[in-house]
Amino acid sequence: MKEISMFDVIGPNMIGPSSSHTAGACRIAQIARRIANEKIVSVRFDLYGSFAKTYHGHGTDRALVAGMLGMNPDDERIKDSFTCASKEGLAYSFKEKHDPAFAPNTVIIHMVDQYQQTYTMRGESVGGGEVMINSINGVEVNLSGEYDTLVVKQHDAPGVIARLSSILANYGINIAFMKLYREDKGKVAYTIVEVDEHFDKTLFEELRKDRAIISVSYIPRLEWD
Amino acid sequence: MFKNAKELLELTNTHECNISDIMVLREKEVFNRKEEDIYHRMEKSWNIMKKAAHKPLDQTLDSMGGFLHSEAKDMHTFIESGKSFCGELVDKAVLYALAVSQVNASMGLIVAAPTAGASGVLPGCFVALQETYHYSDEQMIQALYNASAIGYLTMRNANVSGAQGGCQAEVGTASAMAASAIVELMGGTAKQSMHAASHAFMNILGLICDPICGLVEVPCQTRNTIGATNALICAQMAMSGIANVVPLDDMIEVMDQVGRSLPVSLRETAMGGSAKAKHICKGCSSS
Repeated sequence: MKEISMFDVIGPNMIGPSSSHTAGACRIAQIARRIANEKIVSVRFDLYGSFAKTYHGHGTDRALVAGMLGMNPDDERIKDSFTCASKEGLAYSFKEKHDPAFAPNTVIIHMVDQYQQTYTMRGESVGGGEVMINSINGVEVNLSGEYDTLVVKQHDAPGVIARLSSILANYGINIAFMKLYREDKGKVAYTIVEVDEHFDKTLFEELRKDRAIISVSYIPRLEWD
Repeated sequence: MFKNAKELLELTNTHECNISDIMVLREKEVFNRKEEDIYHRMEKSWNIMKKAAHKPLDQTLDSMGGFLHSEAKDMHTFIESGKSFCGELVDKAVLYALAVSQVNASMGLIVAAPTAGASGVLPGCFVALQETYHYSDEQMIQALYNASAIGYLTMRNANVSGAQGGCQAEVGTASAMAASAIVELMGGTAKQSMHAASHAFMNILGLICDPICGLVEVPCQTRNTIGATNALICAQMAMSGIANVVPLDDMIEVMDQVGRSLPVSLRETAMGGSAKAKHICKGCSSS
């Protein structure tokens, strides 16, 4: 059982009105932004359940755009995030959707970067500002954003995981969770690694040198403070 | 370190200190945090509370859903006119609880305590007490540690979510947190803090969560004022020697059970209570 801190009780410091609909939405989009390595130029948010019904009154829409711009849940610019998005050249849109299979506060984020590459991520706000990422680019995952996370896209070939974990070991990084997913046997696979320590930039360069590794995204843990 | 109110009380006896001190000790031990870091982080939250409490006093501040506009300003004007009749402390507690709720509903910066929906309760009491009785920031921050202990016990052993337990789990918990903290701030004992928290829970027991149009606006804003004033009353009762026959641990369990037995329509779904009153839904058109 996760221990409860006094700052889980008195906190988080956040932009209202709702920890799940505002702060949580912001955090999901913050994570989505970090999945892409390039600048995102357009984004569409598909809203499900309570997100679809009450997104305007809870500022879910503004919080999502704010998160996509890298703002934290306590950033007072969240209310004006639409204006900020226009200034930064981010086009955004929202769609109200329905799918009873998804948790009540679910959003699917479709992103396009400046080179027209597309990314998709599905996340849910689980309460108190905490979130769960369920899918990245069509691959089912389970990420809380509470750990520094590496998303490695690789060719599904023998030895990649061994090399990956030995590089991490060389950097003195302890793996908290590691999961492997693949699209098709022998084609593309994803390794999601959540670790205890913060990453060092040289680590990515080393990982990207590996021929079997197609891309590496880094999602730093989300801090509340 | 402690998992219920009984153990917390024993620790205050063993260490001969207050509930707030035990909560700091726990934070240091469990999370390996330094005392000064804990202080600065809580100081930051306290400053946000004070700022939010004063933000909409002289200006209108429209909520996102369009139900709230100038409640804090209107109350402020009324108090300034000399017509108010509840006494300075209650006047201010109500004023600041209204103000923080309004800041929350208009996408302003607040501290969830324990939730965003109930974020006006603690600042309502605390800012009012500081201004009326001139406590230092250090004393107020110490009192916030006490409040967090009661919130921790409730989160650990019950829940603080309107969807799970109704408003009694949000505003009720905030009120119990504040009641306990006020006792310590006013020089009462740890035991009296727990009685105050029990009173606060018991008084608000069964309160439903029925947000109109599903928004954190009505009745949330005015419910924050009942949370704040209830805390003041319960702290005073406990310090006068009025004990609650139900120990705090049992009271938290009772609150949890009552919450679970509330129909879903009365737990944040906007399918019952005030949300289904006949003549209010006109406001929905603006959202």
